[in-house]
Amino acid sequence: MSAELAIACRGLRRRFGALVAVDGLELEVVRGECFALLGPNGAGKTTTVEMIEGLSAPDEGAIEVLGQRWGEGAASDRRLRARIGAQLQETQLDERLTVAETLRLFASFFPSGRSVDGLIALVELESKRAARVGHLSGGQRQRLALACALAGDPSVLCLDEPTTGLDPQARRRVWDVIQGFRAEGGTVLLTTHYMGEAEVLADRVGIMDRGRIIALGTPAELIERVGAEQLVVFSVDGPLDGERVAALPGILRYREGAGGSHHVALGRDPEALAVLMKELARQDRSLRQLTTHEPTLEDVFVELTGRALRED
Amino acid sequence: MKTDRPERAEARPRHPLVELTRARLIEFIREPSAIFWVFVFPVLLTIGLGIAFRDEAGEVHRLALVGEGAASVASTLSTDPRFAATEASAQAAHDALRAGRIDLALSASPPGAGSPGWSLHYRYDPSNPRGRAARRAVDDTLQRALGRTDVASTDDVAIAEPGSRYIDFLVPGLLGVNLMGTGLWGIGYAIVQSRRKRLMRRFAVTPMRRSHFLLSYIIARFVFMVFEVVALLVFAGWAFDVTTHGSLGALAAVVVVGTASFAGLSVLVASRTSNAETASGLMNLVMLPMWVASGVFFSYERFPEALHPVVQALPLTALIDALRAVMNQGQGLGAVVAQLGVMALWGGLSFAVALKIFRWQ
Repeated sequence: MSAELAIACRGLRRRFGALVAVDGLELEVVRGECFALLGPNGAGKTTTVEMIEGLSAPDEGAIEVLGQRWGEGAASDRRLRARIGAQLQETQLDERLTVAETLRLFASFFPSGRSVDGLIALVELESKRAARVGHLSGGQRQRLALACALAGDPSVLCLDEPTTGLDPQARRRVWDVIQGFRAEGGTVLLTTHYMGEAEVLADRVGIMDRGRIIALGTPAELIERVGAEQLVVFSVDGPLDGERVAALPGILRYREGAGGSHHVALGRDPEALAVLMKELARQDRSLRQLTTHEPTLEDVFVELTGRALRED
Repeated sequence: MKTDRPERAEARPRHPLVELTRARLIEFIREPSAIFWVFVFPVLLTIGLGIAFRDEAGEVHRLALVGEGAASVASTLSTDPRFAATEASAQAAHDALRAGRIDLALSASPPGAGSPGWSLHYRYDPSNPRGRAARRAVDDTLQRALGRTDVASTDDVAIAEPGSRYIDFLVPGLLGVNLMGTGLWGIGYAIVQSRRKRLMRRFAVTPMRRSHFLLSYIIARFVFMVFEVVALLVFAGWAFDVTTHGSLGALAAVVVVGTASFAGLSVLVASRTSNAETASGLMNLVMLPMWVASGVFFSYERFPEALHPVVQALPLTALIDALRAVMNQGQGLGAVVAQLGVMALWGGLSFAVALKIFRWQ
């Protein structure tokens, strides 16, 4: 394995009874990069990350983290664990301990690392130093979980949905901490089902569905695949002849979506939207609703799977 | 850069085992219900049982008198403080006897046409020692009052000295049962909770040694055991004059081995499940037979002889027998080697099996 790779997974497979959670997954994370696994719930993201963290073993395939494999003896595993910082999905910490007590405990497990005060400053929890974990807000808990993951000054940080359930401001503060870790040369593997999070944080994104990575690249490359400048979603007051719409000049793709919505991908031609409006008038339909946006990773996922990333 | 700056020395974590144990102690202190069960409950239990069983030697016989001779018998017995006799109707006496308010009902008929002497008709439950004792004491007193002379002179020496009263028997039993209960709950339940709340998974992705994690529960348990034992023994000494006749060193050794034994058992009970109900069911399954069989409240000698080896092989029996030998009989560790061995075997084997089958998530 190349010395530049922080994480390498080859042909990873994991079953839970009849369910194949991870199905022949290939993954490489280069040292110093931030890699995001993006996918809906149940895509196999958490299972993948937990195998990389050494929390569970794959049924098939090989994992190397920082050039080392799991299961080569307890001492070897402990050495590797000391170099990985992990934040589990919905990390649970003892509610009866304070912020400082929790970090002190975690810091004691690692041969080297930041001081408790340094960790508290890093995640900006100075004012909550003596507060019990049970009394923290969701965002404060996530930042404490992040500080626990950073306690051993790791080379690789594995974050499983680090901002799920947080408000935008709390999410931004978590991002700041992750970007601070990146700036010091750390490698990050994170899972998320927020496309915005992947676009902000990740150098490369792997879009995951049903246990496999179905698309891989930088956010810009992936968005490029949609091949459109603008995506238009509209609805009209009656049936529409879709074949005519699809055949219009400047319109790359057309499909009918759920609830009578119509989805159109427009190319570079600035006249394309006007052409579409003319066609609606010609078919004697008036608009009820129309939105346009630039393509995002969400659209990449929809293009690839025909399903939405988040169904909630 | 690796030199310790003095102002940070306080915040610098120590050995993981120290920090884990410290966390356990803090968690426990911040859990008020745990404090109650470990410290307050055993003292309350001792108070309750101590009052219920106080002065059994000088107890008062409670009886109801019925029939024509009731008034005459009542006046005979009224001079003796050992008797609390009341006159009642036959029905009331019958009800009081059934409800346990009296030990004995006596129907007395003075000499009359049918019989030349007094006729005394006793009614009591022969399986109840209080009934039998009342029957003997009342009959003796009345026979003597009616002129019976004893042929031998008798002399009673009451053994009410510390070390041989019921409360002296009871306190080691309570101490043992308490060490079992707090050991199983304090360690077993805490481990199951930590697994259920998925705290254990978080530790599993750090380089923490798994043995440190389990050991921290056991060490924390030993710390609280000291307070628990001292609280119970000081209270029993102050309130009931219960003292330890053997050496305190021997007592400490027995308590430590007993605590270790139940620590091993509790880790075994908690080794797989993440379900609190399953865990409490398992713990009751372990504890209930010993509550009944191990001679906490009465001597297990009352069980058929064939069962004695089984009963003696239980860890609680071994602990209580050893405690009674040291506290009541003043014996040294040499006399309780067998019991120490039984406890060590239970603890050691359970812990070894637990480590093999322990589930971290």
